[in-house]
Amino acid sequence: MMKGIYLDNNATTMVDPAIVEEMMPYFTEQFGNPSSMHEFGNKVGFAIKKARKQVQALLGAEHDSEIIFTSCGTESDSTAILSALKAQPERNEIITTVVEHPAVLTLCEQLEKEGYKVHYLKVDTKGQLDLSEYRKLLSDRVAIVSVMWANNETGTIFPAIEMADMASKAGVMFHTDAVQAVGKIPMDLKSSKIDMLSISGHKLHAPKGIGVLYLRRGVRYRPLLRGGHQERGRRAGTENTASIVGLGKAAELALEHMEYENVTVAAMRDRLQEGIMDSVPYSFVTGDPDNRLPNTCNIAFEYIEGEAILMLLNKQGIAASSGSACTSGSLEPSHVMRAMDIPYTAAHGSIRFSLSRYNTMEEIEKVIEAVPPIMVQLRKLSPYWDGDRPVDEPEKAFAPTYA
Amino acid sequence: MWDYSETVKEHFYNPRNAGVAEEANATGDVGSLSCGDALRLTLKVNPETEIIEDAGFQTFGCGSAIASSSALTEIIKGMTLDDALNVSNQDIADYLEGLPPEKMHCSVMGREALQAAVADYRGEEWADDHEEGALICKCFAVDAVLIEDTIRANNLKTVEDVAHYTKAGGGCASCHEGIEEILTKVLEEKGEKFDPTADTVPDVESSPATLVAGASGMTNLQRIRKIEAVIESLRPQLQADNGDVELVDVMGDTIYVNMTGACNGCQMASMTLGGIQQRLIEELGSFVKVLPATEMPKSAAGV
Repeated sequence: MMKGIYLDNNATTMVDPAIVEEMMPYFTEQFGNPSSMHEFGNKVGFAIKKARKQVQALLGAEHDSEIIFTSCGTESDSTAILSALKAQPERNEIITTVVEHPAVLTLCEQLEKEGYKVHYLKVDTKGQLDLSEYRKLLSDRVAIVSVMWANNETGTIFPAIEMADMASKAGVMFHTDAVQAVGKIPMDLKSSKIDMLSISGHKLHAPKGIGVLYLRRGVRYRPLLRGGHQERGRRAGTENTASIVGLGKAAELALEHMEYENVTVAAMRDRLQEGIMDSVPYSFVTGDPDNRLPNTCNIAFEYIEGEAILMLLNKQGIAASSGSACTSGSLEPSHVMRAMDIPYTAAHGSIRFSLSRYNTMEEIEKVIEAVPPIMVQLRKLSPYWDGDRPVDEPEKAFAPTYA
Repeated sequence: MWDYSETVKEHFYNPRNAGVAEEANATGDVGSLSCGDALRLTLKVNPETEIIEDAGFQTFGCGSAIASSSALTEIIKGMTLDDALNVSNQDIADYLEGLPPEKMHCSVMGREALQAAVADYRGEEWADDHEEGALICKCFAVDAVLIEDTIRANNLKTVEDVAHYTKAGGGCASCHEGIEEILTKVLEEKGEKFDPTADTVPDVESSPATLVAGASGMTNLQRIRKIEAVIESLRPQLQADNGDVELVDVMGDTIYVNMTGACNGCQMASMTLGGIQQRLIEELGSFVKVLPATEMPKSAAGV
């Protein structure tokens, strides 16, 4: 098989070979339990300590003890939100946004069933929030605000620092799901009012199955998993040592490459977007291009459906992802696209290209060449399309029964 | 990624009959834009013979929607309208060597486009007769709307009831939370509360009292007649899925049946057998085992 072009790094990333190398001894000779009172465990304990410091440095956290290793971003999100509710039983409201990842949204929907009041902040057509709406909702009834730092589908960046300040002034805990932002946006948490923050290892070239919850010192906390004294009793369960070591190394590399991500990767992304927009009519960029992760661009191709686009891209070895309903098996297109009021005929054809530092400009040029013929091919099959343009008044010309 | 058959992929990469059929005199537009699938089917029907001489499709949809549209046009070309109307969504799925459960609605859309186009040709009104909800049971492709309607129509109370009436939840059981939620909602409308322990079918295997009473209460002939009647009552449900079942033999507590049509060789056949067994146990009040006739001992099979 030819080497594929991987532009789906917001889904998951390749584990950096340097990280694999760093991890290997912890599967073999360094197999000890860090809690054990012997030499086998002792060295592993030191390795975890080092990893904690590496993550601390990437986040700009004040103390390394503010880093709690978990199993994934979802666990970190659940831990943060449920902890805030448990620690403040007198508060029964949550503020979040309509465009969160399912890790937060599905939990919030469940909490609603259990009697909590959840406020979902809406977004405008660029996917941005109305901070005055947010300000009005902050009250002493709110247990926690949970707002993503950057959106996984569009790359749109929310003003997490400012929103944390506002929450702090109102005496409300602030959590941010930063799984897409960490390693791409420089952070200095010690100078912020962010109380809790979630990381997912596999989004920054560490393996799957490892995450972090940053917990500011002094924030009232209740663990999700109780048991042994691991992570100072804040997350019981034997440490996933090899992956913790891997995540530490990944954090170190992410810090080293922060500039590269924001300059070189961003330039490749810009070239990709420009190349596609120049050659494919009836397409547009979704989200907020002026406030966006350096590696992400999401383009909606009108009158065609995303899964079909992905299958044809995949045939040429190009990997991306889509906000179409069909790729997830649900009946609705991406909630993020719908929240931005993107019409169905475009939402289903939205494609996310997410790059990493392992992509090259040569790959980008290949993708720019491959995309336009695919759109022509699929539009030929579309009932909304006629020749080289959409049919006149497409939504009227083709209005199927039970739409 | 979806587990698409080679035939699905082939029809997607090289769709047959794409575009509007020339000299088309029938059109069917169906689909659901919100769920990302929509299909326009055009037919050229010979007015003398009612034979479909040509068919074309235009599809806004995913790989399997395009493949289902392509397969549909291939299947119906050369058929009379009446014969074409007998094409089921299962026929389309079979033609494509199967579709993932989440994608079965693509084949349903194909069949509906055909009905709509025929209605258009005959100057009739076509109304879609079902609404699709979120897929709850992935083993048997049962959606929320069907479960809700069935609960209402039959006053169902438990997850087990829902499995008996709709098959939903009768497979891997992962969707039981979802079914409980639907039960809670529907029962609330009637001012009732969902009770997970209510009216559950007694576990016959572990209640010997029922077993003895049931087993001793019938003559052999009565018993076989009862088995026949139960199997007969289950046939319409299977036939709706283009399958069927027939009773082959009864040997003690083992009942041998033949699964035919879409049930034969279907990956759900073993689960369907489980469902038949469950129903027989309830009706007979004693434990029985239902096996495919292929597992009958050679001598007994009359070789």
